[in-house]
Amino acid sequence: MSYFSDIYHGIQTLLTGMGVTGKYFLNSRKGAITQQYPDNRDTLKMFERFRGEVVMPHDENNEHSCTGCQKCEIACPNGSIEIIWDRQVDPETGKKKKMIDKHIYHFGMCTQCGLCVDACPSDAIKWAPNFENAVYDRSQLTRVLNKPGSKVRAGVE
Amino acid sequence: METATINNNFKSEEYFINMGPQHPATHGVLRLLLTIDGEIIKKVEPDLGYIHRSIEKMCERDSYQQIVHLTDRMDYLSSHINNEAVCLAVENALELEVPERVKVIRTIIDELTRISSHTLWWGVMGMDVGALTSYFYGFRDREMINDIFEETCGARLTMNYNIPGGLMQDIHPNFVKRVKEFIAHFKTKLPEYDKLLTGNIIFQKRTKGVGVLSKEDAIAYGASGPVARGSGYSCDVRKHHPYSALDKVSFNEALHTEGDSYARYLVRIQEMWESVSIIEQLIDNIPEGDFKVATNAVIKLPKGEYYQKVETARGELGVYIISTGGKNPHRMKFRSPGLSNLSLLNHITVGGKIGDLVATMATIDIVVPDIDR
Amino acid sequence: MYSSLIITNNIHSWVLSLMPAAVTGITEMMMIAMIYLTVFAVLGLFLVLMERKVAAWFQLRIGPNRVGFFGMFQTIADALKLLSKELTGTDKADKFLYNLAPYFLIISSLMALAVFPFSENLQAFDINIGIFFLIAISSIGVIGVLLGGWSSNNKFALIGAMRSGVQTISYELSVGLSLLTMILLTGSLQLSEIIEVQKSGWLIVQGHIPAVIAFMIYMISGTAETNRAPFDMVEAESELGAGFHTEYSGMKFAYFFLAEFINMFIIAAIGTTVFFGGWLSPFGITESIPWLGVFWFLLKAFALVFLMMWFRWTFPRLRVDQLLTLEWKYLLPINLFNIVLMAIIVWLNFTIQF
Repeated sequence: MSYFSDIYHGIQTLLTGMGVTGKYFLNSRKGAITQQYPDNRDTLKMFERFRGEVVMPHDENNEHSCTGCQKCEIACPNGSIEIIWDRQVDPETGKKKKMIDKHIYHFGMCTQCGLCVDACPSDAIKWAPNFENAVYDRSQLTRVLNKPGSKVRAGVE
Repeated sequence: METATINNNFKSEEYFINMGPQHPATHGVLRLLLTIDGEIIKKVEPDLGYIHRSIEKMCERDSYQQIVHLTDRMDYLSSHINNEAVCLAVENALELEVPERVKVIRTIIDELTRISSHTLWWGVMGMDVGALTSYFYGFRDREMINDIFEETCGARLTMNYNIPGGLMQDIHPNFVKRVKEFIAHFKTKLPEYDKLLTGNIIFQKRTKGVGVLSKEDAIAYGASGPVARGSGYSCDVRKHHPYSALDKVSFNEALHTEGDSYARYLVRIQEMWESVSIIEQLIDNIPEGDFKVATNAVIKLPKGEYYQKVETARGELGVYIISTGGKNPHRMKFRSPGLSNLSLLNHITVGGKIGDLVATMATIDIVVPDIDR
Repeated sequence: MYSSLIITNNIHSWVLSLMPAAVTGITEMMMIAMIYLTVFAVLGLFLVLMERKVAAWFQLRIGPNRVGFFGMFQTIADALKLLSKELTGTDKADKFLYNLAPYFLIISSLMALAVFPFSENLQAFDINIGIFFLIAISSIGVIGVLLGGWSSNNKFALIGAMRSGVQTISYELSVGLSLLTMILLTGSLQLSEIIEVQKSGWLIVQGHIPAVIAFMIYMISGTAETNRAPFDMVEAESELGAGFHTEYSGMKFAYFFLAEFINMFIIAAIGTTVFFGGWLSPFGITESIPWLGVFWFLLKAFALVFLMMWFRWTFPRLRVDQLLTLEWKYLLPINLFNIVLMAIIVWLNFTIQF
């Protein structure tokens, strides 16, 4: 008799499975989880902590807060950050002070681990939730984070 | 064996077939050299190394903070647990006591990671045995966990949320609410998983009695995780050597004794329920406190050897550090669960059909970067 | 040609006025063949679109929605793409058989379409052994699969082709026997007559219990005949990549693909004709409007096609030995028993008729 009970049991389990998919089929109109990505650019909002790329915020006076301490450069596991610095005379105090010339960020090598942002003592660099990072040429991935002509904000040590 | 008698009467010819490195069932760049007689598998030789990145050697170059992010790239489906293994090893070596808050948050995210890994596995398992729809249902639930991770940790897969001494940042204010939402959602969806696949007669026929692994063999091959527990070998590191906040929660170790693909499947399904219960026990009781303790900017481990094991979604991950007192490890070794679980493959699939191989490989749940490192 | 619609008479007299009577027959046959080819190529494309949409709705997705309204022209765009693609082949392949294989499949599936009565008068070829012809034609297709897999010089394709041979030969038996069960009720193999019988109730109602069993067996083995999941051993993408058509590209691949969908329609159409009264409307509600028969026929056929799609997107795939177990240990004995049951019911006149 197990022959027939097997058949009965088998058909029953198959119908249960069909019930699950059938329920989704009937509710397909509101249940779709597809995100139609390039179309929803306007409404698509990334989470604030999303690690897209490293940026250096500048204020309206074109000033940043990077002192050139190189902690981020040391913290980076892949050598993605390269800081070219110089000792220049600070016009206010008249003393020689470490100033960055270029804060170079090799985005192509970055693994978005977040150790540089964590290491920065003056919050000069932070994460931007920018995920559309495809470029046509590899050289475009090497970025200078400090804007031309920018200088360190007064008071940041 | 019935194949032997066939061979005596008819002259059959064995032939080789390359499954992978580009093949839908190998989940990545694993190459299997199959020796087949008709449909029956005579020999399976896994060919590794297509995604070898020498992570262990790279660790010798990096400082202890930097090592953590490399472990994301090993078993990318349980990256948070990998991170935690390294952090625990370093913290134990430094004899650093992390705050209770950190321990609880780590455990919650561990279990979320385990659920996310298992839901992906469930979807792919269905896909491997031919039911494509399960893949999308699994990913729907996984997506909710990924969103939680993204909001709190900043990334969906390679989270790198742990640092030696705590967490990189505190949990997001929405974290508790979102986790509760997810748990409520997931508890209604898990029974559906059972209806769609577990109970299905075709699925049971495909997995029951297929790829049988005895308890002795599981121990002999060094299997761990759901693969070993499906054979009745109690080896849950969370139970036997609790770490983080796991000593505060009560949960059952999922154990089945049949040792076939179906038992391994059931172990994982049960583990999802257990993970849900662990999260439920902890989510309301996250203690207040700091999210990290200060460590030196340059961590130097005292001279010696350190070992820490954790239970990832795939099994036991061991982190072994030899320190000579410098800021880098002298030698770093990861005992990955995937490699020893994969070594079983030849043993348990010989004599089966090609379809059995695919179903068995799905229940072993390999992640190739974990095997190659 | 065999129909008595006014429009066909008009066309017939128009063709007669153009050429001598001796060639009109051939000309009209050619015309019908051209129309059928066009209609069913479009039908095949529509079925592909339907499959993709239905699959998407089962799987919480949206499905094609870019080309045209509601993604209507997606499959036409795909077909154009496939037309323009290079026809690649493997070294050391048996070139003649390799090129021949797709035509076996597509021709056999298009030939089968000729005998279906889509409406009372809309039937290209009312052969008196209709069911027999359909069963015979549908087994030619497997030769295409076998040739394609064997001549591709690819081991995955070979395994797929051998599985297909095993599968189709086994399941033909069940398709044939389950249809035979229903033939006991109708007493005729001619499709138009089978429908005529059903004017006093659809066969699935007339034959009640054995008819329902026969229908279930027919749907299972019909799904297996078309090599669709859960019986897609031939393709089994997680095991064999793409199975027997691994090495085909461009239009030759499109023939295999289209043939699968037309075969699916054929299985549904046979099911409609034999079990659900073909073009007959339920309870004769639209008997006064004969051309609505096409609508009813297609509605029933697409309902069965949807059922097959539902199977495909729910169930896991069987293993090759379980496939044979299902056929020889379950379907075949039940089928034989069912025939006896049906014979008894017909003999004792236990059928339900209105």
